[in-house]
Amino acid sequence: MIDLHGYGPRLFEGALITVELAVLSLLLAVVLGLATATAKMSRHWWLHRLGTLYTTLIRGVPDLVLMMLLFFGGQIGINMFTDWLYYQFDVDIFINVNEFVAGVGTIGLIFGAYMGETFRGAFLAVDSGQIEAGRAYGMSHWLVFRRIRFPQMMRHALPGLSNNWMVLLKTTALVSVIGLSDMVRVAAEASKATREPFTFMIIVAVIYLLIASVSEWGFARLQKRYDIGYGEAD
Amino acid sequence: MADTPIPLEVRNIKKRFGDTEVLKGLSLQAHKGDVITLIGASGSGKSTFLRCMNLLEQPNEGELIVHGEPIRFKETKHGREPADWKQVVAMRAKLSMVFQSFNLWAHMTLLENVIEAPVHVLGKSKQEATAHARQLLERVGLGERADYYPAQLSGGQQQRGAIARALAMDPEVMLFDEPTSALDPELVGDVLKVMRDLAEEGRTMIVVTHEMAFARDVSTQVIYLHQGQVEEAGPPEQVLGNPRSERLKQFLAPKH
Repeated sequence: MIDLHGYGPRLFEGALITVELAVLSLLLAVVLGLATATAKMSRHWWLHRLGTLYTTLIRGVPDLVLMMLLFFGGQIGINMFTDWLYYQFDVDIFINVNEFVAGVGTIGLIFGAYMGETFRGAFLAVDSGQIEAGRAYGMSHWLVFRRIRFPQMMRHALPGLSNNWMVLLKTTALVSVIGLSDMVRVAAEASKATREPFTFMIIVAVIYLLIASVSEWGFARLQKRYDIGYGEAD
Repeated sequence: MADTPIPLEVRNIKKRFGDTEVLKGLSLQAHKGDVITLIGASGSGKSTFLRCMNLLEQPNEGELIVHGEPIRFKETKHGREPADWKQVVAMRAKLSMVFQSFNLWAHMTLLENVIEAPVHVLGKSKQEATAHARQLLERVGLGERADYYPAQLSGGQQQRGAIARALAMDPEVMLFDEPTSALDPELVGDVLKVMRDLAEEGRTMIVVTHEMAFARDVSTQVIYLHQGQVEEAGPPEQVLGNPRSERLKQFLAPKH
């Protein structure tokens, strides 16, 4: 069969890193996205402004540039801070920006901005009468959110959410520039060493496709769950 | 019985939307067993008045006393607001509302709709709430439909379901906001029948409606609103049978 020249286990580890990175980034992006949507719908002007600033900034700068800015810029910033601690208080610590954490942080931050727009649109699509009924029956703000607004919003958000997830999954390939051994980086190394780029890249492509197909199936099931109660025609 | 607090009292409610004053100082007292109907042309403020009673709209002025407890307000830069939202939440649990567009929660079955607030707001056990909900659904003629979703039901069935949801709270007062206006004519009768039954068993109700026959037969008091003011109020035989105001006479005259 295909000869992996002993790169099989490393490729597998790389694929695991890709999946972990993508899933954790998604979680962070969803949390940031919900917060951004809430901020943008807030009646406090400064929260609204903050949400707009975040989405404008992130969506207007290339992902790769942001990643390098945050990773290298972040390290410089932290070094300046620890130097200052050393000179001022004689505290000697060294903090190294972990590539994995930086990767999750950056991808989460980028996709949080896109999720924010997805969630905002979805929240606005929820019929106000549904929320009013919750309030009229003595539900607190939080209870209305948890029991009515969130489940009804998700139905509208899922198509956009699944789209964002597919793009996010492929964006994880960018983390190889900051030195994280995800499967793209492993495959690139293997290609160079064995001079068989086609073998390794086709494997990587198939693995991405596999993850994407499984998640598409998962999203279809989720959509079915949140569509419950709505007629086929709607 | 004199020391039992009045279920709902509102005093001198005023409401402005921008520069337009839509409620110009309205008051009412709902004693136990009262059925008060609010009638008037569209734009007279009757729905807004009802929505001020459970603070879905914030009145700019006026007092609200639920079961003897006055709701506290404070002034903010966004206008007057309740001082204590916990108090409002507790108050709303005592007044349940039936909406013109039903507003049953679309992602829950009828049964889930009925037990939702009793379980999550009143803290009843799911078992107890479910048993009660089944009785109530039976009572409004929907015993067979408990596991249907709102979208699978007719408008009349949805509204009867919404009434069951309101009853499940054991409310002090039930507020009805034009409950039959969104229904096809042939479905109105079933909903009105349920409401008549409720009135007969002594429920305290405040009803915004265009159904004059219901107002005449069922209410203890009819209030006719015109441009945010009470034009005429009293027992139905007087207000509807022998109106004094010219406007009310015109309003009641058969159209065409």
